[in-house]
Amino acid sequence: MAKKTEVPAGPIQRKGFRRFVYKAVHYKWLLLMLLPSLVYIILFAYLPLTGLVLAFKKFNYRDGVYLSPWNGLNNFKFLIISKKLWPLTRNTLLYNVAFIVTGLICQVGLAILINEIRIKTYKKVTQSMIMLPYFISWVVVSAMFTAFFGYEQGIFSNLIRSLGGTPSNLTQEKKTWPFILVFMHIWKGLGYGTVVYLAAITGIDQEIYEAAEVDGANVWQRIRFITIPSLRPTMMTMFLLALGNVFRGDFGMFYQLVGSNAKILEIADVLDLFIYRILISNNDIGMSSAAGLYQSVLCFVTIVTVNKVIKLANPDYALF
Amino acid sequence: MTELTTSVKVRNKIRHKDEMTINILACIVVGLVAFISLVPFYVIIVSSFRSEASIIAKGHSLIPQDLSTTAYEYIFRTPKTIIRAYANTILVTLVGTFLAVMMATMTGYVLQRPDFDWRNKIAFFFFFTTLFNGGLVPTYMIMTQIFKFKNSYHALILPMAFSVWNMIISKTFMRSISYELTEAAKIDGANDIRIFFTIIFPLARPLVATIGLFTALGYWNDWYQCMLYESKEEMYNLQFFLNEIINGIQGLKAIASMGGTVDISLDALPSETMKMAMTVVAIGPIIFLYPFVQKFFVKGLTIGSVKG
Repeated sequence: MAKKTEVPAGPIQRKGFRRFVYKAVHYKWLLLMLLPSLVYIILFAYLPLTGLVLAFKKFNYRDGVYLSPWNGLNNFKFLIISKKLWPLTRNTLLYNVAFIVTGLICQVGLAILINEIRIKTYKKVTQSMIMLPYFISWVVVSAMFTAFFGYEQGIFSNLIRSLGGTPSNLTQEKKTWPFILVFMHIWKGLGYGTVVYLAAITGIDQEIYEAAEVDGANVWQRIRFITIPSLRPTMMTMFLLALGNVFRGDFGMFYQLVGSNAKILEIADVLDLFIYRILISNNDIGMSSAAGLYQSVLCFVTIVTVNKVIKLANPDYALF
Repeated sequence: MTELTTSVKVRNKIRHKDEMTINILACIVVGLVAFISLVPFYVIIVSSFRSEASIIAKGHSLIPQDLSTTAYEYIFRTPKTIIRAYANTILVTLVGTFLAVMMATMTGYVLQRPDFDWRNKIAFFFFFTTLFNGGLVPTYMIMTQIFKFKNSYHALILPMAFSVWNMIISKTFMRSISYELTEAAKIDGANDIRIFFTIIFPLARPLVATIGLFTALGYWNDWYQCMLYESKEEMYNLQFFLNEIINGIQGLKAIASMGGTVDISLDALPSETMKMAMTVVAIGPIIFLYPFVQKFFVKGLTIGSVKG
C-alpha cells in the first residue's frame, strides 16, 4: 500500500517550485484525469463559498454579489432580533440527533437480522422491498403520507371512523409530529443504510465466526462479540458524516411534509426551511445568507471538534 | 475462491437451536419491515385505479374497489406537459449520470494510486467542501447571478454531477483492484488514462452500477433544483410537475387546458385520483432497476476513509 514514488535520484533533490513542476509533469496523466472534478469542485463548491460575503452585504441586483455595499454585522443583528435563531437551532439539532440515533440503531439492527436469514430468496425479496422507499422523492412520499394520514380520506382516519371513534386531525396535531417525522425518516432511509452495513458484514472474515462456533459461542454471542465490533468503523464513518450536517435539516422532507403548515411549523421549523423562506418569500438575501453562514459555521465547528476528540481516543476512527 | 464458497455454505446450514430461533425472528421482523415499506406503494396504485367518487366517499383503502381508469385517461388525454416533463427528466438523468460516473471513477482511481504523492492533500481538498460549504443562498446567488443558470438545463444537471460521497466509495473500491495491474500495464508502456479505460474501468462494474444507480435516482427524484432554478413550465421535470399537482390546482389546470379545448370545469376533474395516478407515473421505471443492480451493491458500496 505504502509504495513510495519512484522519482529518479536527480530531480528529487530539487526543491520548492522546480520540484513541484517536475512532479506535475511526472503526474500529467493523473492530473488530467482529475481535471474535470477539480474544475467542478472549484466552480460549484469553492466559488459559492465566496458568496458568503453576502452575509455582510446589503445586496442589490445592480451591483451584484461582490460589489454590493457592505452592511457590517447588520444582517446578523436582524437575525438575532427576530428571536428565531434559538428555537430554529434547537429544533434542527434535536431532530437530527433523533434521526441519527434511531437511524443507526434500526439500520444496524436490520442488517444483522437480514444477515441471519438463511432462506436466500426471502432475503433477496425482502431486501428489495425495504429498499423501495429510498427510490422515491419526498414529493411522492408526501402523496403517500396524505393517503395514510390525511384527515378526510386517509386510511387511519377511516379505520378509526369504522371502529366508531372520532379521528383527530393528525396534520394539525402538534404533539405527534416529532414522532411522525422520525418515523418517516427511518422509513425512507432504512434500505440504503441497511445495504451499507450489510456490505460491511459481508466483509467480515468468515473464519472468525467458525472459530467462535468451535469455541462454543452461540448466535447472540457471535453477534455481540464479532458482528457489532466489526461494524464499528462503518458506524463511526456514517455517524461522523451525519454529524457534519447536524445543523442542516433534511430540507426535502421538511418542505414536503411540513411545508407551510403554520400550526406544525411551531414545532417543526428548521434552519433550512427558514433560510429558504426568507430567500424566496421575503427575498431578504442578506439575512438568509447570514443565517446560512451561522449554520455552516456551527456544522464546521461540530464536526472538527468531534473528529478531534475521536482522533485522541482512537485515531483509526477519525474521519480526517 | 472455492474455500470461501464452502465456508459460506457451512454458514447457510442451521445446526443449533439458537440459529433456528434467530432465523425465525429475523424472518418475522424483516418481513414486517418489508411490508411497511411496500404498503404505501400498493395503496397509491390501488387508489389511482379507483373512481373519484369512491375515494371521496370511502377514503383510501387497502382493498381495491370501484375500479376505474378515469384518472389515467385525464392525465394522458393531453399528454404534452407530462411527456415534456418526462423527457426533461430522462435527458437530465442520462447526461448527469454519465458525468457523475466518469468523474467519480476517475477521481477515485487517481486518489488511491499509491504512487501519487498528492493524493491525500487533493482528497482533503475535495472532502473539505463537505465540512464547510456556502449553503443555499451563496450557491443560489452564484448560480443565478454569475453563471446565469436560471431556466437552463445546466441548473438541473451540474449542481448534482459530483459528490464527495461517491468519490469516497469509488476510492475504497478502486483500492481493492490490485495495483500490480496498473504497474504491469505501465511497464508495457501504457499511460495512466489508457490504463484506466482499458484495464481499471472494465473491472469496476460493481462500482459503476452502484454510483450509476444512486446518481440516476438522485436526478430522477430531483425537484429541489427545479424548484429553485426553473420558472418556465417547459423546463419542469417530472417530480416538480408532480409537486405542482399535489400542492395546488395549477398543475391540474395545466393538464386540463393543455389541449386548448377541454370542455371540463375544474370541479369535474378527478383531482384526488389524478394525484395518485400522477404519483404512480412519477415513480416511474427507475424503481425496477434495483433488482438488476442489487448483486453489485455489496461489492460496490463499501465505505472506506478519506485518507490513505
